[in-house]
Order: sequence, then C-alpha cells, then structure tokens
Amino acid sequence: MSMCAENISLHRSGFDLLRHVSMTVEAGKVTAIVGPNGAGKSSLLRVLTGEMQASKGRVLLNGRTLSQWPIIERAQLLAVLPQHTTLNFPFTANEVVGLGRIPHQTGSATDAEIVAQALKLVDAQYLQKRFYTQMSGGEKQRVQLARVLAQIWQPCPGEEQFLVLDEPTSAFDLAHQKLTLDIVRQLAARGVGVVMVLHDLNLAARCADNLVVFDGGLIAAQGSPEEILTEQLIQQVFGVKAIIDRHPTTHKPLVITE
Amino acid sequence: MTVGTVNISLADSLSAMSGALFGEPVAAQIHLILVEIRLPRILLAILVGAVLASTGAVMQGLFRNPLADPSLIGVSSGASVGASLMIVVAGGFVETGALMGLSLVAVGAFVGGFAATLLVYRLATSDIGTSVTTMLLAGIAIGALAGALNSLFSYFADNDMLRQISLWQMGNLSGANWPKVSMMALVAVLLFSAFPRDSRALNALLLGESEARHLGIDVQRVKRRLIILTALGVGLTVALAGMVGFVGLIVPHVVRLLIGPDHRWLIPASAVAGALLLVVADSLARIVLVPAELPTGILTALLGAPFFIALLLQQRREL
Repeated sequence: MSMCAENISLHRSGFDLLRHVSMTVEAGKVTAIVGPNGAGKSSLLRVLTGEMQASKGRVLLNGRTLSQWPIIERAQLLAVLPQHTTLNFPFTANEVVGLGRIPHQTGSATDAEIVAQALKLVDAQYLQKRFYTQMSGGEKQRVQLARVLAQIWQPCPGEEQFLVLDEPTSAFDLAHQKLTLDIVRQLAARGVGVVMVLHDLNLAARCADNLVVFDGGLIAAQGSPEEILTEQLIQQVFGVKAIIDRHPTTHKPLVITE
Repeated sequence: MTVGTVNISLADSLSAMSGALFGEPVAAQIHLILVEIRLPRILLAILVGAVLASTGAVMQGLFRNPLADPSLIGVSSGASVGASLMIVVAGGFVETGALMGLSLVAVGAFVGGFAATLLVYRLATSDIGTSVTTMLLAGIAIGALAGALNSLFSYFADNDMLRQISLWQMGNLSGANWPKVSMMALVAVLLFSAFPRDSRALNALLLGESEARHLGIDVQRVKRRLIILTALGVGLTVALAGMVGFVGLIVPHVVRLLIGPDHRWLIPASAVAGALLLVVADSLARIVLVPAELPTGILTALLGAPFFIALLLQQRREL
C-alpha cells in the first residue's frame, strides 16, 4: 500500500501551481521533494494531506481517496508536520506532544509514556515542563516533530502509516539535522512511508530512497538520488553550476556548488 | 444572602430559608426579600458569571487569541442594539409588558444578539470553511455598526429612555426572578454538558486549524457548534442581565495564567471563577451605596481590572 498522487493539477487564482503531477510515497521508503522556491513542493504536500483540493487528479491513501477516510482513522495513519506552527498559548512541551495522541484511545498512562519517549527521541527531554512560548525556534520545531512522531508512535493494525514533513530541519543545527534524518530512517525501517520537503540537496541525497525534483509546478525528475542527480539537472532546475561527486564514506551523491 | 439594603442577620436568613423549605411560617417581608429577591439574584449572578467566563474561554481558544471575547463575534453589540431599539420603540410598554417573565428589552437583546452572530458567521463562511480572521473583522465591523445604531437610538430617546439604555448597558442583575433563573439554568446546563466534549478539540485548535484537522478533528463542525452555543449563552445573559463586561475577557485570561491553557480544566475553572467574581461584585453593588444600588457591570470592572494588572506585574517580575 502507498500514498499516491495521480495526475494532480492545482489551479489557484489564475495560476497553475501544479501540472500533471504523479508520484508515489511507498511505505517503508523515504521520499524527498526538492526544488527551487515556489516550485510547488508545499502545494503538493497540501494536496497530499487534503488541505487543498486538487483541481484535477486524485490522492489515494492505502487505496482509498482522502475523503473516503473517516477523519479520525485518517489521523491514526497520517501525521503531518507543517512548515510553521504558531502556538501563542503557554502549553508545556509535554502538553504539546500529548496533542499528538488525540486520535488514539490508548489511555493516559500509555500516552504519557509515548510522550516521554517521543521527546527523548528528538533530544528534547529537558523541555518537558518548559513553556512552548519560551522556547527557541529549534526547540519548538523539535517539540512539534515529537508531536507528529507521537501521533504515529504505534503501528496501526492492517494499515500502512505515513509521515509528511515540510522542511523539518529548517531551524536545526548540524547535530539535530542528522538526528532528524536518523529518526526518519528508523521510521522507514519500521514500515512508515515518509515524504518530506528538504532544501539541502546533500541531506536529501543521503537520506532519500526516492528523490523528486520539482520545477515550475512540474516534476523535472524522480528516481533514486544516484540516478537522477546530475550536473545538467541542477543547472536546469536551480540555474546553479555544480559538481556531483561521491561522499567519501556513504558513497551517496555529493553536490558541490561553485 | 445577608447583605443588602435591608439588614437581615445570618441566623434570620438561615431560619427563613429552612422555613421556606419546610413550610414553616416566617415573617412575610423577610421571606419576600430572601426568596423572591436575593436568592434568585445570587443564583442568576452565579449562572451569568459562569456562562460569560466559560464562553470567553471557548472563544479565546477558538480564535486562538487570548484577547478574544464573546463580544467579538457580535453577540453583545447585536444584543445592545436590540435592547435599545426596544427601549426607544416600545418605550411605554417596557415597564409593563412581560413575556414569560422576560421584558421586551430582554427579548430584543436576545434576538439582536443572535441575529448579529448569524450575520458575522455568514460573512466569514465561504466554500472553503469559516475564516477566523474574517470573522474577527466582521465582528468588529458589526460592532461599529451597532455602536452607530445605538447612538442613533440614544439621539431619539427622551431622558427617561436614555437613562434606561445606559443603565442596561452597564449590566444589572437587579431584575432577577425565578423564571429568569430557570431559563439561564437551562442554557447553562446545556453549555456545560456540551463543552467537555470539545475541550480536546479546542486544545488541538490552538495549534491551528489544519493541524487540528490532521489530528482527526472535524474543525468545521466543532467551530459551528461552539459558536452557536456561545451566541445562545451570551445572548441570554445579555438579555437577562444587560452588558456585564469584563468577565468573559479577563476571567479566562487570569485562570489561564494560573492553571495553564488546557481547556479540559480551563473551561470549568473559568466558570467557577466567573461565578465567584460576579457574586462578589453583585453583593458589593448592593451594599456600597445603601439604600441605592450600583449597576453590577461597573463593579466587575472595578474589581477585576486591578487584580488583572497586579497579575500582569507579577508575571513580568517572574520573567
């Protein structure tokens, strides 16, 4: 089973934000979406998660269209981390992560345990009792990440789960960028299908099984990073001269810009 | 029960109350004052305070704005126009005309409040859903319109009407009687049985509407339900007790500073605090100017504002 975008087109106020986009997020795989600003990456995520209705085409989640899923059941298998979340109320980190357990009826003891583990996983244990409104940008982003992790912490019997992340590492330092990618790989190993928008091509190349390159509302290329990352593609999509090398230890493609 | 223009001691009150319960004879005047005037008044203060404060907490959550207040969605302004209209148009009847124990003014206020809320809600709802931002703006616009209409009515009103309008706008619990208390109790029971169901949804909504949707919450239905309940609750309080300001804005805010923003505790705690504030304010209103009475609305603000400022100062020192 998978999360599947079939021939999606999206028109909004006279603009074509997406044109004939088809892609599949497979369970147990990491899919990274890259592309210049305004290329349609976030629009695609919005269509994939049902926040925007596609003008044409459809989205299938485990074989059913999004609207066919009862809203609670959908929340049990699809967690979404938006680019920005504004929360102006002084919840503690524990409370924010606890919101991720709303779709589940697992009882407060289990929920508290999951919240603690999720915070530990994102290296935010020390924030447990701190107020969200008083955290730094990176701390807030980690707490939000823990919230969506808590939402799909336990496997959903009979259904594949998916995690959608919009620029999850944008506020992170080097250590937490790596930590995030490690968490994403662990989730994929557990069978979760992960799709995320990233800006750093090297992070994407290192982490993704499937790389989707957007340009002007179209998919310019998709496939494994080794196959599709070429100097020509980067020149064409980003307008930047680059050299593609191999990472000395991981042997993944390494993009070096001039 | 014991405080008021006529002094009745605690012992007398207690014996009068037990007398009323068990059918023993008590002095007619004391019985009248306690059972027909003071008891309904205190109960009405409790109910009005609880409803105003809890709907305030709900609105602040729904609008994700700690400074939102039920008046923002147009209830209070609509209600005040309805009431002023009734005072001016139906002038003479207001004194005598009673409909189910409610005066025409109250009916006008209730209808006005509900109509304004519906209008604001319609303005803010499109195919995509209800936009909270548009709703706030629409509420402000309707508020301005209502202010203008109010001024217009005041301009045409004679002295007596003018005094009635301004007294009513200050909020007053002095007209309390048993029919009013039972109506208010009915609505309060409805509200407090409905709110706990949506507490977690409100918590999720603080993250944002799409985030709440991704957490499995039917945002559109929750919003509609809470807005209708609030319009009903606040509309009725305005109808029965006039414009008791401040409670809906400040009480939830203060309670949140004390116990945090979790709506599962915030809503009931706000209700209790709102009830307390209004009972204290109303008791003071009855005694500070003996033998006259102050409008309750003035005292809620006089009591609450300094408390709120003190709390802000304390918070600032802790940071």
